[in-house]
Amino acid sequence: MSPVLGKPVNRVDGPDKVTGTGRYCGEIVLPGLAYGLIVGADVAKGRVVSIDESAARAAGGVYGILTHRNTPKVANAPHLIPSLAGQPAPGESFFPMQDDVVHYWGQPVALVVADSLESAAHAAALLDITYEESPAVATIEDGRKSAYEAETLFGGLMPARDERGDVTAALAAAEVTVDASYRYAANHHNPLETSVTTAQWDGDRLTLWDSTMGVRASQLTVASLLGIPLSDVRVITHFVGGGFGSKAMVWPHVTLAAMAARHVGRPVRLTLTRPQSFTSNGHREEQEQRITLGAGRDGRLTAIRHQKLSITSSFDDWAEPATGVSTQIYGCDNYLGSHSLIKGNTMTPTFTRAPGESLGSFSLETAMDRLAYELGMDPVELRIMNHPPVDNHGNPWSSDGMADCLRRGAELIGWADRDPTPGVRQEGDNLIGTGVAGAGYPVAFMMPVQHARARIFNDGSVVIQTSAQEFGIGVTTSMSQVGADGLGVDMDVLRFEAGDTDLPNTTSAVGSMGATMQSSAVHNAARTLRNELIAHAVADDKSPLHGLSPSSVRVADGRMTSTLDPSISESYADMLQRNRLLDLEALGSWTPPPFTTPHGLLTFGAQFAEVAVDKDLGLVRVRRMAGVFAPGRVLNPKLARSQLLGGMLWGLGQALLEGNQIDRQSGRWALNNLGEYLVPVHADIPDIQVEFVEVEDDVVGPLGVKGVGEVGQVGAAAAIANAVFHATGRRMSELPMTAEVVMNGGGAG
Amino acid sequence: MAINQSTAPAVTGVRGPEREPVTLDVNGSTFPIELEPRVSLLDALREHLDLTGTKKGCDQGTCGACTVWVDGRRVLSCLTLAMSCEGHQVSTIEGIAQDGELHPMQQAFVDHDAFQCGYCTPGQIMSAIALLREGNATTDADIAEHMSGNICRCQAYPNIHAAIREVRDADDGG
Amino acid sequence: MTMRPITFFRAGSIDDAVAAVSANPDSAFLAGGTTEIDLLRLGVIQPTLLVDVNELPLTYLEDTESGGVRIGAMARMSDVARAPRIVERYPGMSQALLLGASEQLRNMASMGGNMCQRTRCAYFRDGRSPCNKREPGSGCSALNGVNRGHAILGTSDQCIATHPSDVAVALVALDATVRTMGPDGIRTIPIEQFFLRPEDTPSVEHPLEHGELIVAIDVPDLPVARASRYVKHRDRASYEFALVSVFSAMRVDDKGNVAELRLALGGVGTVPWRAHRAEEALIGRPATPENFAAAADAELADADTRPMNAFKVTFAKRAIVRELSQVVTS
Repeated sequence: MSPVLGKPVNRVDGPDKVTGTGRYCGEIVLPGLAYGLIVGADVAKGRVVSIDESAARAAGGVYGILTHRNTPKVANAPHLIPSLAGQPAPGESFFPMQDDVVHYWGQPVALVVADSLESAAHAAALLDITYEESPAVATIEDGRKSAYEAETLFGGLMPARDERGDVTAALAAAEVTVDASYRYAANHHNPLETSVTTAQWDGDRLTLWDSTMGVRASQLTVASLLGIPLSDVRVITHFVGGGFGSKAMVWPHVTLAAMAARHVGRPVRLTLTRPQSFTSNGHREEQEQRITLGAGRDGRLTAIRHQKLSITSSFDDWAEPATGVSTQIYGCDNYLGSHSLIKGNTMTPTFTRAPGESLGSFSLETAMDRLAYELGMDPVELRIMNHPPVDNHGNPWSSDGMADCLRRGAELIGWADRDPTPGVRQEGDNLIGTGVAGAGYPVAFMMPVQHARARIFNDGSVVIQTSAQEFGIGVTTSMSQVGADGLGVDMDVLRFEAGDTDLPNTTSAVGSMGATMQSSAVHNAARTLRNELIAHAVADDKSPLHGLSPSSVRVADGRMTSTLDPSISESYADMLQRNRLLDLEALGSWTPPPFTTPHGLLTFGAQFAEVAVDKDLGLVRVRRMAGVFAPGRVLNPKLARSQLLGGMLWGLGQALLEGNQIDRQSGRWALNNLGEYLVPVHADIPDIQVEFVEVEDDVVGPLGVKGVGEVGQVGAAAAIANAVFHATGRRMSELPMTAEVVMNGGGAG
Repeated sequence: MAINQSTAPAVTGVRGPEREPVTLDVNGSTFPIELEPRVSLLDALREHLDLTGTKKGCDQGTCGACTVWVDGRRVLSCLTLAMSCEGHQVSTIEGIAQDGELHPMQQAFVDHDAFQCGYCTPGQIMSAIALLREGNATTDADIAEHMSGNICRCQAYPNIHAAIREVRDADDGG
Repeated sequence: MTMRPITFFRAGSIDDAVAAVSANPDSAFLAGGTTEIDLLRLGVIQPTLLVDVNELPLTYLEDTESGGVRIGAMARMSDVARAPRIVERYPGMSQALLLGASEQLRNMASMGGNMCQRTRCAYFRDGRSPCNKREPGSGCSALNGVNRGHAILGTSDQCIATHPSDVAVALVALDATVRTMGPDGIRTIPIEQFFLRPEDTPSVEHPLEHGELIVAIDVPDLPVARASRYVKHRDRASYEFALVSVFSAMRVDDKGNVAELRLALGGVGTVPWRAHRAEEALIGRPATPENFAAAADAELADADTRPMNAFKVTFAKRAIVRELSQVVTS
C-alpha cells in the first residue's frame, strides 16, 4: 500500500472549479448552437385540446417547435429500472409528447427551439395551449381511499413487503410497545446546476453532453428510446453541478434534446429552469409512515412493524423503500415492512439522497428513542444492545463498527454528562437538548461488471480511464489515488480521465456504490498493468530485474525494485523505451459479489445533535452535530469527510426546512424556487464534527471501500428530533419540524 | 419583433428591442458586443462572452451562483441587465487569478475542500473576497450571515467558513 | 418563464425619467431590478420600455431642516443600513435593512425600489393562477391554497398576499414620508398612505400615478427611535422572508409607564403593519408583560386566518410580548 491511498490530498479538479474554467454540460461551445425550452402542462390531469403556435413562431428567432403532433414516437416504451442495474434507466415508465394526454402538472407538452435563451423563453410564453381538465389526485389526502398495498417496487426489482417471524403475535406478547405515526413532506433535490443536456448529431451519430450521475445510463436510455445502436450514442460529462439523485435516472428532457437537435438540424442545449426542476426529475414523495416496536423490559426488540403510505405516478409503483432500514441495523426476529401506494397525478418520484433510509430511519430512530424513555434506558446503550453481530438472516457483517461509532459520537457530544430528563435545560428563551440516532446504509451489489483501463506511456506518464462522472463526489481525485497506488506511480504523473461513454464501462454512481465499484475496477486495471510491466521486466534479459520472480518485485514512484536487493531496479519508462514499447495498457474489471452474498452489507454510523428550541416560537436551531461512521477503507479522508458533512447537513435541512406540497386546487407543487423551498444557508450551519471508525472489509471489493454518499444523512434528522424532545418534551411526528409543528406539540402524526 | 411601439415616448436614446451595440468592461478588458436590452448580465457573460465561470443556478436572485462585482460591489448578475452595466466595471471569477496564480481565497477553497460539485464555487469566492473587503467578517457568525446569499447544495459550508477564516487571518496577521 | 423584447432608456435626469415613463403606458422605471427583472422574466409584469433610473443623482443621505434624514431613492439598502446617521438615530431601521435579502441583493436594491417591492405570493408570481393582484377579477388562489406564508392582517376576500419588505416595517413605525416627482411636480405621501390594503382593488398597491417616481424617503427626527430594534423570525437563519418580524421603539418613563411606543409588524400584513391598536393599548400604561400581552391580543384580535397560517397569531403575539419585554430589560 503506497502512502497515496488514504491521504487527504486536495481535489485534482479544484483549480478548474475555483477559477471557473471547468466546463459543465450547459457550457459547451458548438457552432450554430440553438436553445431549447420545455413548456410544461398547466393542468395536472387532462388533455391538450389545441396548440396555437402562430404567435410563438411570429416572435422571431424560432427554429422549431415540437409538440405531441410532430414529436417522433419512441422506439421502445420506457420501463423504469434503477440506473445501478446497468440497463436503460428512464426515470418513469412514460415518455411525454407521444399523445395529448396529461398525467401530471409540468409534464412536457411542447419544446421550443430558438436562436437565443431569450427568444426561446419568449416564444414558449406565446404558445397558446388549451386543455380539457379532469379532476386530479395529487396528494395523499386526495387519494387515500384508493390506496393499495404494492407487491413490488422499482419496476419489479424488489418486493414491497418483507416479513419474518410473526410480528402480530410478537407485538401482542411484547412487554413494552411503542406505536408512532409520521407525516413527511415531499423533498426536491435542487442541485445548484439544474439538469441540462446539449445534443449534437453528426449524421446518424449522436453526442450528448448530459449532466448525469451516469453517462452509461444516459447512453442506454437514449439509444433505447430512439432505437439507435449504442455505438452511435456518446455521452460526455466532465463536470456536473450536483445530483443528489435528481440526475441518477434519465428523464425525458435528455431524449427530447436529441429529438430537438435532429428536428432543427442544429446542436441544441436544453436546460431546465429552476421552477421546471421541480417537475422534471422526480422528487422524494409525500409519505406517511407508522412504526410499531415491541420489546422486552430488558430492552431487546422482539417485533418491528413498519408501514408506509405514499403517492406515486399513474404509471409506476414507486416508493422509496423506507422500511428496509428497520430490519437492518437492529436485530429482531419478528418483522414486517410494507409499502402502500396511491396512484396519482404526479410524476414518478425518484431517488433523493438516502432514499428510503433517511425517512425510514427517522421513524425507526425516533421510535427507538421513545422506547428508551419508556424503558428508562440510555438511548445509546439501547441501540448498542440491539445491534447484533450478524444480520437478520444470520449472516456475519462484512464489516461492522456501529457500536464504536455510537460510543465515539457519545464522547464527542458529551453524552456522559447528559441528564435524560426532557424539557429542563433553558438558556435565555431557548430550551436545550441533545439526541442520538443510529445509521446504516446498505451496500447494494446490483451493478454489472465494471471496467477501467490503465495505460502507461514510455516516458512514465499514466492515464487511467473509466466512464465515471464527477458530480462532486471527488471521483477524479480518489481514483487518481487508487490508480497511483495500484500501479506504483506518483499521482503527479497520472491523469484520471472519466465522464465519457467511449471509456470503459462503469455504472451510474448511485446508491453510495460509486467509490466501491469504481475503485475496484481502477485498482484491478492498475494492478493488471503493473503485473504486466513486471512480467515484461523479469522476462527481459536486458533488464536488471531479469529472472526475478514477479512476486519479489515491488514498485514505487514508477520504479520496479527487487525486494531482495534494493540496488537492483529500473523504471517503467526505461524498460518500455528499451523494448521499443511506446505504451502498454491493461483493462481491469471487477465483478461484484452476487446480490445474495452471505454477508450483512452496510455502512454503519451514529449521529448526535444538540439543539436550541425557542420555547415560545418553536423555532429550532441546531447548535452542534457529531457524526461517526465506519465506511471501510477511506480513500481520501478530506473528501470523505466533505461528503459525510454534506449528508449530515442535508439531514438538518430535511429535519427543519425542506418540505414541499402540492396545491390541491391546481395539482402543482406549491414551492418552485429556492426563495421558498428552503435549503440550509451558511447561517444555519452548526458546529459539526465528523470522525471515522476504522473497519476492514474484505468482502465489498479488493480495497474494502464502502460508500459515504448517503449514510451521512441517515439518522441525522432523527437525532435532531430526539434532541428536540430532550429539549422540549415534545415528540416530533412531522417533517420538516417547522415552528408551528413544534409550537403545536410535534405534529399531527 | 412583435412589440407595440405606437405609444413610444418622445425621448431620444431609447434602445432596442433589437440588438444594439453595447460596450462591456469585464475584468479590465473592453468588449464591444451586440445585445438586446432584455439580456441579463449573466447571459451576456455566459452566452455572448463565453465567460461561463459565472453560474446560473436559479435566474431568480435566490441562490447567489451568479455573483459578480460591478464597480467592486458584489451583485447578482441574473437580475442585472447587461445594458445597464455600460460605463461600469464588471469583475468575474475569470479575472480573480493573476498570471496563472490562484488568488489566496481560491487556494484556500482548494486547501479546505470548500466545494464538492463546484457549481456554486465561483459565486462563493466572489462573495468571500468581497466580504473581506467589506470588513464584515470579524466573527464566525458574521461570516455565516454575510455569506448566506450564496447557497451550496453540497453543504460545503463548514469548509467555506474555514477557508474564509484562513484568508482573513492571513490578511490581518500579514 | 418568458423574456419579452423590451426597449431600454437610461435616464440622464429625473425629468427625463418621468417624461419617458409618463409618455408610455407600457413603461416602468428600472431601479435595482431585484424584484422587477425577476417578475419580468416570470411574465408577471409586462412593460415594453424600461427606464433605467440607476444613474440619477438620488443616492444621497442628508439631514433635513427639521432634524430628520432624507434618503435618496437610489441609495442602496446596504449603504443606508451602514450609514452612521441611520445606525445612530434609527438602529431598528438599520437592522431591518441588514436582515433583508442577502448582501448582493442589498447592494443592488434601492430604497425607492424597496417601497415598490412585490409580494412573494406564489399564485401572484406564477403568472397563471387566478390572482386579483395580477389580473383583477380573476379570483384569489391563495384563499384556499398553500398559504402558510400569507397575511393575517389587512386582508380582504380579494387578496391575502403578504407584504415582503423589512425596512418598510421600520418606516411605517417611524412615520416616514415618501417624496415623489411626477408630471405634476413634487408630492409627499405619508408612508402609511403609501401602502394600500388590498380591499377590493389588490392590484393597486400604491397611490402613485403612472410616471410618478419616488425620489426620496424622509424619516422624521424621533429621539425614541435611537433605541429602536428590529427582530426577524424565520424558518432558516438568514436569506428568507419573515414569518413574523417586529419593529419597536419604546420609551418607558420613570414611573414605569409606556411614554412613547412605535410598534410595527412584518410577515403578517398585506401592508407593512403599524400596530396602532397595541400602541394605543399601551401608551400611558405600565410596561408589564401582562399589558404587553393584552396589547398584542388587541392587535391580533381581528386576525383573519386559515389553517396553514393560523399559527402566526400566537407566534406574533409572543413575538410582540418578548420584544417589548426585552426592550424594558435592556
